[in-house]
Amino acid sequence: MGEMEQMKKEADGLKTQIEAARKAVADTTMSAASAAVAPAPRVQLKTRRTLKGHLAKIYAMHWATDSRLMVSASQDGKLLIWDSHSGNKINAVPLKSSWVMTCSYAPSGNLVASGGLDNMCTVYNLKTPVVKTVKELDAHTGYLACCRFLSDSEILTASGDTTCALWDIESGKQKTVFLNHVGDCMCLSLSPDMNTFISGACDSLAKLWDVRDGTCKQTFQGHTSDVNAISFFHNGNTVITGSDDCTCKMFDLRADQEVISYQDAQLNAGVTSLALSVSGRLMFAGYDDFNCNIWDTLKGEKVGVLSGHDNRVSCTGVPPDGMCVCTGSWDSFLKIWN
Amino acid sequence: MPVINVDDLTDLDKAKMEVTQLKTEVKLERAKVSKCCEEVMEYIQSLVEEDTLVKGIAEDKNPFKDLKGGCVIS
Repeated sequence: MGEMEQMKKEADGLKTQIEAARKAVADTTMSAASAAVAPAPRVQLKTRRTLKGHLAKIYAMHWATDSRLMVSASQDGKLLIWDSHSGNKINAVPLKSSWVMTCSYAPSGNLVASGGLDNMCTVYNLKTPVVKTVKELDAHTGYLACCRFLSDSEILTASGDTTCALWDIESGKQKTVFLNHVGDCMCLSLSPDMNTFISGACDSLAKLWDVRDGTCKQTFQGHTSDVNAISFFHNGNTVITGSDDCTCKMFDLRADQEVISYQDAQLNAGVTSLALSVSGRLMFAGYDDFNCNIWDTLKGEKVGVLSGHDNRVSCTGVPPDGMCVCTGSWDSFLKIWN
Repeated sequence: MPVINVDDLTDLDKAKMEVTQLKTEVKLERAKVSKCCEEVMEYIQSLVEEDTLVKGIAEDKNPFKDLKGGCVIS
């Protein structure tokens, strides 16, 4: 038997063992377990702010930890910093490359980062009299799909080159490379304790990584297409994913498997983004069909919809204080709802 | 940390990487789904009363309340 065939046989054997181990603990599903819980009330949120200013498709947005400021990225070649309460623009950061796909606000509020088809993650200082580029993090050989700051000195990136990386911002070097996906990495989410993070990729898998030692700890199967969106539940033990297969799924880390799927026979648009309310009871998922559906995470039922955008909802975000949900769209607007 | 050139990985390299990873994952201790679901439900219930998007918020306490003052003339 050739080496390749041997590897495949070994892999299949191990996969069968893992499936059996997962089945052995699958004594229920989330829908069954939550049968006695009262359904979440129908949610009707109003648009409180429509943020106008971008001149092209918005690809990403991220809330600052003060729950008031937020950054948005558009292929008009700008990052805009907004005061969500007043609706005013605080800052505009011109980008060297307009093909931006992601942006992130540092927890301190001092820095923002962006990246895209330039394969780089650029970090900017918002606190200097004029916004300055701090560093261009250049080592990925594919597009930058997602980035998240751990602090002012470290940032995690997910790339179309199938790797994720942890960078030291000051030196501009990769400290750790996370290699195990076999498809473009599309999204990442840091655990509340920042010791692990989870990534979603075009290989239809989600993977859990140890931030410090670079190892992949767990792999979650279930989706049948690209995983575009991912978020840790605030308890750190559960993860929600959104995919081009039109479904979202909840995976429990300790059971090492899917516990519920959020899908609807009439829904045939891919999921682009997702965000959780502070308790985790509601999940806001943006779709290619211009809507953002609101799901009851325990029951798996749709409890509302945010309609108002005239094009794909590309990004969603709930601020740390949970006061609202923001949606960003290819129609160039951001909307704030509560 | 060695620089890994992803483009240099052969199919055999990828297959070996998969087997190595599966060998790690097969050893995982898995908790019962029922226990995990219960903990998720408890977690949510402990926070849901403070969840504005579930419970709603009074107009005067809403930081995103309508900015314009005055009344509607029709």
